Amino acid sequence: MVSTAKLEFRDLSIRYGSETALEGVNLSIKPNEIFGIIGPANSGKTSFLRSINRMDEMTTGMKVGGSVLLDGTDVRAWRNVFALRSRIGVVFPLPVGLPMTIRQNVTMAPRMKGIKNKAVLEELVERCLRRAALWDEVKDRLDSLGSMLSGGQQQRLTIARALSQEPDILLLDEFSIAVDPVTTMRIEDVLKELKEEMTIVLVTNLVQQARRLADRTAFFLNGKCIEIGETEDLFTSDSRDPLTRDYVEGRFG
Amino acid sequence: MKFSQTPLDQKNRRNEKLFRMLFMMMAVLLVLPVLAVLSVLIYKGGPALSWDFFITNPTQGMTAGGIWPALVGTMWLVAVALSVSVPLGVSAAIYLSEYAKDNWLTRVINLAIINLAGVPSIVHALFGLGAFVLFFGLGKSILAASLTLAVMTLPEIIVTSREAMQAVPRPFREASWSLGATRWQTIRHIVLPNSGSGILTGIILGVSRTVGETAPIMFTGAAFFLPYMPETVWDQTMAMSLHLFVVATQVPDAPEALPFGVALSLIAMVLTLNTLSIIFRTRLRRKKKW
Repeated sequence: MVSTAKLEFRDLSIRYGSETALEGVNLSIKPNEIFGIIGPANSGKTSFLRSINRMDEMTTGMKVGGSVLLDGTDVRAWRNVFALRSRIGVVFPLPVGLPMTIRQNVTMAPRMKGIKNKAVLEELVERCLRRAALWDEVKDRLDSLGSMLSGGQQQRLTIARALSQEPDILLLDEFSIAVDPVTTMRIEDVLKELKEEMTIVLVTNLVQQARRLADRTAFFLNGKCIEIGETEDLFTSDSRDPLTRDYVEGRFG
Repeated sequence: MKFSQTPLDQKNRRNEKLFRMLFMMMAVLLVLPVLAVLSVLIYKGGPALSWDFFITNPTQGMTAGGIWPALVGTMWLVAVALSVSVPLGVSAAIYLSEYAKDNWLTRVINLAIINLAGVPSIVHALFGLGAFVLFFGLGKSILAASLTLAVMTLPEIIVTSREAMQAVPRPFREASWSLGATRWQTIRHIVLPNSGSGILTGIILGVSRTVGETAPIMFTGAAFFLPYMPETVWDQTMAMSLHLFVVATQVPDAPEALPFGVALSLIAMVLTLNTLSIIFRTRLRRKKKW
């Protein structure tokens, strides 16, 4: 089991001070799958993502229990947390175009790792922006501010930025909240292509988005993982948990 | 449908006007002392000002001549004080904003800053005399006076710098960390570039306070009158604020325009600095990139 899982969570629990955000989560994510996580607000989805790249260490009061295994190794066993984080790309709910130029946004991660060669960086900028389906719109203004792009463009910029790390895991946290439907569809197409090269964990507030994209999906509710299964089963199977059925059919949440 | 006013509506409308007027009057009142001070200074001190006034030494027992040595001395004091307080204060602010967790050490530091900010300047003066002049044996010198001023302006620089850094949205930091950047890389590439103008504003406000302080330098390095200019930080110096005190109270034969002229020059220095800080602040707002 360990050998086939990209990410494995064993008895994961997350607390903020005395508040429990997530408890007793056991699941594993296979390489090159899109793993969807659905659930109403406050169900622990974001905290789940934050445990993977050890953001708990940067957050006052956040405590992670249990273990998170990346390729069979506990993420906390990584001596160099920055190397760990650079293998994991993150896309946030609200697009965070860093207040620097588009070019600088995309080259930030490699520059932090000491890559200075202009030609290498140029090539990387074009490749990442192309893969994030943004190149054609910004190729003539790479030196204008990334934070001045529209919401949908900024979100694709953050995807390009995440890709510049050449991650093997991509975490997306409700990426379509501030993005128009057309851009959402474009990003979804991008994700389907990226799946060939990396493992994608997709937290989403739109159950239909999970249905369109995810191979398998987990349903989180009130800090517990209610059910994990093939995405289609969560939407159609008769044997699914009644809570899952009510949620995906829109009866609460 | 008609909208008729009930008595309650009328009362609310009346009160609305009343409070608006009241608060506006209070705000306008604030401008009066500033105008009064400036107009008196310009009226009485204006005639004393001339280009020569700024670049000549005081002469005839300080009843004539200019303020050149005091002007230069104040610049010495400010420059040396800044070279100590800025690196110290900004570093402390970086620690408090970016690294400190909410624990006893942080609380002690914050308490110390608040207390330091509340210490009266005459107490700083005595502290400077005891610590820098006597204990560390710096003697009465620019160095001792500037260190005293630096200690005094530290809380201001720390607090404004910390606030400028805290104003950089946290998602920027999280985005940077998830790219694999270290805390220091995040500070250098994200936090500092986006809080620079705010930090600068704090520093300038600190300077404008330094320029005006008299008590802290009186015991530690500023002299009534010196026939020579300071050459190193070990020399004593004249200073604008003390010079004003001297010509206003210690030189009975000074013409009336002289102290007002010195006061006008001093306040012009402070106002120039404050204007600079306002310019930086508006530029910061306009340049806000998020």
